Amino acid sequence: MISLNNISKWYGSFQVLKDCSLEVAKGEVVVVCGPSGSGKSTLIKTVNALESIQQGKIFIGEHELSHPRSNLPALRAKVGMVFQHFELFPHLSIIENLALAQIHVLHRNKDEAYQKGNKLLERVGLRAHSKKFPGQLSGGQQQRVAIARALCMDPMAMLFDEPTSALDPEMINEVLDVMVELAQEGMTMICVTHEMGFARKVAHRVVFMDQGEIIEDQRKDAFFANPSSVRAREFLSRILH
Amino acid sequence: MERLDWSGLPQVLPTLWSGMQITLQITLLAIVLGIVCGTVLATMRLSGVKPLAYFANLFVTVFRSFPLVLVLLWFFLLIPQLLQALLRIPATTDIRLVSAMVAFSLFEAAYYAEIIRAGIQAVPRAQFNASLALGMRYVQVMRLVVLPQAFRAMLPLLLTQAIVLFQDTSLVYVIGLADFFRSATNIGDRDGTAVEMVLFSGLVYFLICGATSGIVKLLQKKAVR
Amino acid sequence: MAYHWNWGIFLQPVSTGEASTYLGWLWSGLANTVALSLAAWIIALLVGLGMGILRSLPDRRLAAIGTLYVILFRNIPLIVQFFLWYIVLPELLPKAAGDWFKSLAPLLQFYTASILCLGLFTAARVCEQVRAGLNALPRGQQAAGLAIGLSLTQVYRFILLPVGLRLIVPPITSEFLNIFKNSAVASTIGLLELSAQARQLVDFTAQAYESFIAVTIAYGAINLSVMYLMHWLERKTRFPGYQGAK
Repeated sequence: MISLNNISKWYGSFQVLKDCSLEVAKGEVVVVCGPSGSGKSTLIKTVNALESIQQGKIFIGEHELSHPRSNLPALRAKVGMVFQHFELFPHLSIIENLALAQIHVLHRNKDEAYQKGNKLLERVGLRAHSKKFPGQLSGGQQQRVAIARALCMDPMAMLFDEPTSALDPEMINEVLDVMVELAQEGMTMICVTHEMGFARKVAHRVVFMDQGEIIEDQRKDAFFANPSSVRAREFLSRILH
Repeated sequence: MERLDWSGLPQVLPTLWSGMQITLQITLLAIVLGIVCGTVLATMRLSGVKPLAYFANLFVTVFRSFPLVLVLLWFFLLIPQLLQALLRIPATTDIRLVSAMVAFSLFEAAYYAEIIRAGIQAVPRAQFNASLALGMRYVQVMRLVVLPQAFRAMLPLLLTQAIVLFQDTSLVYVIGLADFFRSATNIGDRDGTAVEMVLFSGLVYFLICGATSGIVKLLQKKAVR
Repeated sequence: MAYHWNWGIFLQPVSTGEASTYLGWLWSGLANTVALSLAAWIIALLVGLGMGILRSLPDRRLAAIGTLYVILFRNIPLIVQFFLWYIVLPELLPKAAGDWFKSLAPLLQFYTASILCLGLFTAARVCEQVRAGLNALPRGQQAAGLAIGLSLTQVYRFILLPVGLRLIVPPITSEFLNIFKNSAVASTIGLLELSAQARQLVDFTAQAYESFIAVTIAYGAINLSVMYLMHWLERKTRFPGYQGAK
């Protein structure tokens, strides 16, 4: 469903992504991990063209991102993204946050949008807060709203960029629970995360990156039991202790 | 102080009020056009489209490099000729007011553009990204997410600039337009009460601007959430 | 009606019988602008620095002096302030002082009033920049200075001012430029600086476009010089790892 073919990216003379290739099939959950600076956040941002690439091709379904006739906003609407710092719109109420893109991108009418928004708030357990503002919610609540906001667009895949890294420890689980449910329902997901517990539970594959390269790309059990590269082994031993 | 003669003040108040109306007209028009054009200029500057950014940059730099007095004189010189050439309006209609309004609007647009640009850049880039990720187009992102947040943050600065604008309108003195201050000095010259008129107009400006600045400070205190 | 360009007009002698060409008038206007601006700038820096420090002091009453100063000078339009200095102040002073002022040569009257007016007006703006610069310093700097036994004066002298003033070099550049622009308002009380010469030139030569373009170029030249000077100053006062304030 999502294909990254031989992606390379440079910031000036520094190569941040080196010939990365990744295939994600429908319903697959792929966890991308690696030390900081490995390029994993950059990689996930190329999938919905928030970061440009200098070499390679990216496909969402049959649509190639860099094709001149591709409708980027429409493609982006089909792939939901959840950010490390939630990025709810502070000047809008929760329900307005959920409705905004539905109304202005999907051209749903206000009632439809609000209905969908409330349904998804229900699903993440936050229906009661719909009229509040982001600043009034805790980090964990904001991130759950952010997930709901992305789901309102009925995406075919979801991208998560370190969704729990900015959360206090006691709030991490409430967000992970939502993500686990989503995975179990068959959503295609690419998650950049350090939460190996999550990976072990619902990931199908684990991808390990270091210094801009994809070092390993294995089925989950194989990865955790026996990573083939030295760097992955070192990383795992540091993270899991 | 005993040498000052305030007796003539009540009679001249109507004339002064007419002058104040001119001042307010110019101020309000320049604020509205200034903010609108300033927003356009700021978004052009930040848009990444080279020719637009270059033009916006040039406009802002030019108007911020020269004294307002000179800009007023330039427009007072040019506008009648332009209007004649473009619209065939004879040069006898109230050119001073029109040229002052055009001059101020463009001048203030350049200053507002800088305030607004800084305000837009202060909105975290990630908000922009989050909106794009939902599939919004650039114009939608600006209109629905970035500009609302930017304006909320910039409101005190926009108001302060408005106060400065209100004070700057007194410079239409140099083109002879009868705004509040020019009216006051004209009366002063005519009646020999120049000192009283200058003092009075100074007091009026001080009270209006002082009160408005006070309100801005209150707003700033309230906005700190 | 076609307009006849005549750039040679600048080299012609003036029709008032004065021993100058029109270019000479332009030059004298420029000289007046620069002289006025530089003199006013010195006052602005000294008074502005003083007021800015006052406003940042912990002593409420001293801080209030600075605050009142700023409120007074920022809420009256510049042109009104010029008139207040030139027309009103001589009348409000004791009769002897007022008469003495009015007996001075006109040029000296213009200059005195203009330098005081422009200088004190700009001082209010400099004051705000200084205060912002001092406020931008982390609070801990003052605490650390006091903790090692320095007096408050010493803390200002050795720690707060050296760093705070460097931070504000960029916005101070703007104020320096503003003084040159605001000097144009002195034309309204009769000082024949650059923008006043623009109107003189138009009146006497009827070559409006050439006159205005020449004056515009002159201001442009001032602008570029100031920017260049301040850029050099900023580079000289930078120290590693510290960005200037916006």
